[in-house]
This record gives sequence, C-alpha cells and structure tokens, in this order.
Amino acid sequence: MEWIVPFVLTVITASTPLLLAATGELITEKSGVLNLGVEGMMLVGAIAGFAVTASTGSATVGILAAVLAGAMMSLIFAFLTLTLMANQVATGLALTIFGVGFSALVGSGFVGFAIDPLPALAIPGISAIPIIGPILFGQDFLVYLSIAVVIGVGWFLAKSRAGLVLKAVGDSHHSAHAIGYSVIKIRYLATMFGGAMAGLGGAYLSLSYTPMWAENMTAGRGWIALALVVFATWRPGRLVAGAYMFGLISVMQLHAQGAGIHVPSQFMSMLPYLATVIVLVIISSDRAKIRLNAPACIGQAFRAAQ
Amino acid sequence: MKGAGPAQLEVRGVTKAFPGCLANDDISFRIEPGEIHALLGENGAGKSTLVKIIYGVLQADEGELIWEGKPVTIHSPHDAREMGIGLVFQHFSLFETMTVLENIALAMNDVRDMDALRKQVLEVEKTYGLPLDPDRHVYTLSVGERQRIEIVRCLLQNPKLLILDEPTSVLTPQEVEKLFETLRRLADEGCAILYISHKLHEVKALCQKATVLRGGKVVAGCDPREETAKSMAEMMIGQKLTAPDRGEARTFGDVRLAVADLSLASDEQFGTDLKGINLEVRGGEIMGVAGVAGNGQNELFRALAGETEQEAAPDSIKIDGTSVAHFGPRRRRRLGATFVPEERNGHGAVPDMSLSENGFLTAFRRMALAAKGLIREVPTKSFADNIIKTFDVRTTGSGAEAGSLSGGNLQKFIVGREILQDPGVLVISQPTWGVDAGAASAIHQALLDLAAKGTAVLVISQDLDEIFAICDSVVVMAEGKMSKPRPMADVSIEEIGLLMGGLHDLEGNATPANDTQVEGGRVGQA
Repeated sequence: MEWIVPFVLTVITASTPLLLAATGELITEKSGVLNLGVEGMMLVGAIAGFAVTASTGSATVGILAAVLAGAMMSLIFAFLTLTLMANQVATGLALTIFGVGFSALVGSGFVGFAIDPLPALAIPGISAIPIIGPILFGQDFLVYLSIAVVIGVGWFLAKSRAGLVLKAVGDSHHSAHAIGYSVIKIRYLATMFGGAMAGLGGAYLSLSYTPMWAENMTAGRGWIALALVVFATWRPGRLVAGAYMFGLISVMQLHAQGAGIHVPSQFMSMLPYLATVIVLVIISSDRAKIRLNAPACIGQAFRAAQ
Repeated sequence: MKGAGPAQLEVRGVTKAFPGCLANDDISFRIEPGEIHALLGENGAGKSTLVKIIYGVLQADEGELIWEGKPVTIHSPHDAREMGIGLVFQHFSLFETMTVLENIALAMNDVRDMDALRKQVLEVEKTYGLPLDPDRHVYTLSVGERQRIEIVRCLLQNPKLLILDEPTSVLTPQEVEKLFETLRRLADEGCAILYISHKLHEVKALCQKATVLRGGKVVAGCDPREETAKSMAEMMIGQKLTAPDRGEARTFGDVRLAVADLSLASDEQFGTDLKGINLEVRGGEIMGVAGVAGNGQNELFRALAGETEQEAAPDSIKIDGTSVAHFGPRRRRRLGATFVPEERNGHGAVPDMSLSENGFLTAFRRMALAAKGLIREVPTKSFADNIIKTFDVRTTGSGAEAGSLSGGNLQKFIVGREILQDPGVLVISQPTWGVDAGAASAIHQALLDLAAKGTAVLVISQDLDEIFAICDSVVVMAEGKMSKPRPMADVSIEEIGLLMGGLHDLEGNATPANDTQVEGGRVGQA
C-alpha cells in the first residue's frame, strides 16, 4: 500500500495546473467570452514565472510575474475581441500560437536552468501523520490556492451580486446593457481574471511540477482546461471533480506503463477529450440542463445598439 | 394638480444625430404628474432614441431635460432609476436562465438582501394584482408573465415616471385590460406615465395627451380622447390613410392547403407541441391564424414549410391534393407553395448576401434562374430588380446586402419575392411585424391581390387588427391546439381574445351561438 501516497501526490500535482487554468476560463466564459488562448497564456505564464524566479531567486516574485504575464496576454485578446470586435475563436487560436512561439523565444536562454521547486507548506507534527499528513498538509502554496480560488469562484457565482451581474452579462448582453451594466468592462475584467489564472497554472508547471523550462512544456494542458470547463457544464464543483479526474487519467498513463500494463499512451492521452465528448453528448440530450448553466452569449461580439 | 406645479418631466429642444440620420430634431414636450401621455410615431420616427435619452442610455447632443422643475443630466440608467424613472422595455430585458427574483435584483440600484427583496416583491405583486412566483426561471414563463417582471421591477423603485415601450404587442386583449388597470391606478397615485404604442385604439382608451413624432420632429400634440384612431394614424404618417381594398364579394375555389389532424412534437427546447391541427384554405381565401406568441404558431409554420426534423403523419398536410408530409421545403415549393417566415434576417433572408442572391435562393426553380447547375446572372438580377420596383423596396439596388435594409424594407422584399413567384399556396408569418403603417398597407394590399388571383393564403399573425383587416376567416391557436375556423364576419374581437386565452373547451360542441360562447367564457373566467 505504500504506493498510495506518492500516487495521490502525483495526481494532485497533475490536477492543480488544470484546475487553476480552468477556473479562470470558467469565469471568462461565464461572462460570455470564449478565449481559446489558454494554452498560449499558460506557456507565457510558465516562462515568465520561471525566468523571473531564476533571475531574482524569489518564487513569490516569479508567481506574481506569471500572473501578470497571463493577464497581459488576455488583455491583448480582450482588446482585439471586445474593443476591435475580432472573432473570438480565431483570435484565441492566434493567441495560443503566439504564446507558443513567444514563450519559446524568451525561454531559449533558460533551457537547462535549474531552480528549487516550491517548498511544501509543511506544518510540523501534522504533516508527519501517515498518509493523510503528506497528502492534505504537505502541499505547496499553489495547490491550496487552487482549491481556495475555486471555492471562492463558486461562492462568487452563487451568492454575490457581482457574480449575478457576471452571469447576466454572459446570459444576455443586450439585456444587461439595457439595464445599465457595462458589458465590455465586465468582460475585460473576466477575461483578465482568466488570463491571470492561466498564467498561474503555467507557473505551477514550471515552478513546482517540473521545476525547469522546456519549450511547449504545457503539452496540451491548456486545451484540457478548456475541455474541462465544458465537461463541468460551467459549474465550479464539477470543475474540481473533472480536474482531478483528468489529472488521475494522466497519471495512470505513466503508472500503467511503469507497471507493465500495455495500454497505448496515445489512448490514455486521448481519454480526457473522449470523456468531454461523451459528457457533451449526454448533457446535450437534455438541453434544459446545459441551458441553465451555459452562458447563452458565449463567443458573440457585443456591439451596443444605437 | 395638473398645471399647478412644475411638470414631472419636461423635454426641451432635445436633438440627437447619428451618422447619416437626425434621430431627434428639437423635440419638446412636457408630462405632468399623474398624466398618461402617449408618444406616437412610425418606426424610425425617433421614439426609441428619445426614450433612451430620457433613461440615460444615450446622451442628447443638444437640449435639456427638466425634472420636477430643475435641469438634470442623466448619465446612465442607474441615474435614471435613482431619480425615479422606470422603463418597461419593448424587447424584454430579461435573463432567461435566471429566476424572477434574480432578474429583479439585477435591475435594482441598491444591493439588497435577497430575502428582504423577496418580501417586497410579493408585497408589490399583491398590491397591484401582478401574481408571479419569484423562484420560477424566466424561460418557463409566458410573455405576459415576463412583462409583469419588468413592471414589478419598476414599481419596486417607487417610480415618478414610468415609460412603457410597446407594452401590449405580445398580450391578449384581456391581459391588456389588466395592464391598463394597473397603469390607471399608478397614475391615480401621481405617477406620470409615458406610453409608446402603435395601437391607436389603446392610446385612445388610456391616454390623456399625445405627442406625435415624425422624422425625428414633433409634428403634433393632441388629446387622444378627442381623436379617432384614423386621424392619429394620419398625423403619424403625414398623409391620408387608405384602408386595404378587399375587392368585390370574394368567391373561393377548391381547397389548396389542407391540414388534417396534424400532431407534432416540437423540436424546439421550450417549444409547444402541435395537437390535432385541422384547417383547410381554399383558393382565393385568406385565413388568419391568431394567437399569443409561443402557442404553437412557429411550430405550425415550420411543419407547413417542411422545416421540422420529425415527419408529420402521412396525409396530414396536403398541397393541392398531394400529400406533402414527408417532403422537405424544396419539394413543397415545387408544388407551388411559398413561405415567408417571421424572422427576416437569418431565416427569410441571408443577411450577408445581396438581394439578387437572396432572390435566387427561393425562386431559382419557379423563376428558372438556374441552368445546368449555374446561376443565370441576368434573369436573377432582373427578378430582384422587379421585386424592388413592384414592392417599392427602398435600397441602393439589387446588389445591396439584405442585412443593410431596414426591417420594413427587407420584409417588403421577402414578401415580394414569394408573391412574384405566383404561388398556389402562401404561408406567411407576421407579415407586418415591426413594419410601419405605409409599408404594412402595401403588404396587405399585395396579399389581397394575390388571393384575388386564386392563391390560398394563410396568415399567422399576433396583430388582431391585421387579421380583421385582410382575412376572410380566422382560427385561433392556444397551447398547440387550434380552434375551428370561423368566417371573419361572425366573430368579435372579444371572442378571439377568449380563445387566445386557451378556452377551447368552451367551443365546439355542435357550434353554439356566438353569444353563448362569450357568456360561457366570462363565467369560466370568473
């Protein structure tokens, strides 16, 4: 049974970047904006976090830099789609392609650098409890933050007035505009929150998961985060479950190979997407379900009528 | 009270220009406290712009608003609500997937405790007789109930001026009467009401003053109680109004469109299933389908046009005796049927394509616009030019994009496109929705002329005035069921109103005399 603790620990580390990025994208999409640039924003966040940490020696500054870099990337997206009314899907894809290239360019000088991984926030005594100790009380700061943020987002959407306004903007931008809410401003903020969280997810990869920089190191996690939002039908609770399920699948991929079980790795890396497709089919069969949570205006440009 | 103090709101010299059009040109008028004031005008006369300026959505270029004697600047709807201005929107400003209570909370300026708000909502509902369950999701509500949300939302702010933009276009006559009771009561309490409507007999029944706009200018002010609907309509359009010419006593030919026991589950998410629809339209006859929106009219249209995914039972729909239930739209068109859907952009026309391309799309077969799989450019263009000329479509030419036309002009083009194909059967949904009086009367005349040539015309409309103006017979849809056809001559607007409310169980049995039905209806309602 001693394999359980390391197994669970790797599941948590595999799930956290997905959860961080997907939580941000959830808020973005709830406001009616579809930003497909998550992969690019994560990569830029990853290199920003790594480069700044390596240069300053401070992981805190590095994390802040990653958040800022992700937010700046999403600001480019927001300006193009919300102010200049560019097509969101095309712009999001372009943002990802840009992020891949830009992070590789900036990161070329950092390949092979090594930094110390983020320290675990160990609580003396409690963290030493077998099994539960290392799993619940031996994680680094970003793991706890990811859980705290998703709980915060759940509360924000369900209970706060600002969350209600956010959902309203995503549900019917014309109605929201008519009663006097600033659709564009709210969408800018939501998009930037999404970018900041994607940057944070990227930083988790380069500072904690594998404390190093490699070109294209997100390896499709941005896309999984996007799929995860749909998988979760835009609900924060399901988002956590989905993130950990997808994390579990990606870890099983490694362990299955280690244990000599011959499942093609391509099959395992396909699973999250396959699961998303299946969930989409299931929820589409009862459209009332998806309708209550899916933002009706997603992907549509808003232009205030005269 | 009236005239003694300052006006509740005075509009002085308000001017607003948009690129290429002067929407409001030096508009001035005043509304006293407790007054119900009508704002009249055709589409594009500048009413909506003026309302948006008063509600703070837009800012005037020139002129000022005087509120209770003091000049004010209203920067946003938030400011307007703060001052006590409420607006009931024409196109509802509701959020479908949220509850009634959430919708109300969103339009409140101050952040309130939800439980306290719920109590207030229930109180207002009780005081003004506007029953609503605060926890229902909006998409499950009827349009009348949705409008109640908007009204409750305004009343909660204790408004001093309530603006209603086309509030009755979606209501049954009975619902309209209830709304008027609420409004009169509010006015008695001192609230000023600015009432915008196309329906002039309602304005006459409700309002004490009217301001008429045309082309962005105030062209007249009057007391609607002393005018007739016709005289006010003439002020609005600035010319004499001619009633459509119904021609000589009409004779009808054979049945051209027959629907027998058509039942079909809706393929829309919140649609209405069709239940046992029966109707027959003869050549030369115009039959109206009345009913409040959402009672199965869209489903009926799609079933007749062949757009539904599910197939109707064999023989349930026949065009000129041929069963078409299993045909798609193209094969039905080949048999001589044409269709005009309610929604112009996206359903009736492709907005990004030119008018001649849009003409080609439905007419290529009947008008022989294609040869060997290729578009014949010259006849296609001349067909579009012909529509533009015959139906007086105001556009830059047949190369203009459909989406660039105003609603009324595009509607004339689409109606013209189908009529010029000389159909045997025409099914048309909301022929004059959002179309101004001039264009509407042109479309009505075209439908009458078409019927005179022997076409069977089915008009699906929520506008009872329209049905009374052009139809020979009428059926009413409620909850997916259809009443028996009745000749227009022996049915009153009240009866149709009752049928629209879904009182089908009262009709039928060996067709009792009309009076009994009305009596029965009233008893049933009490």
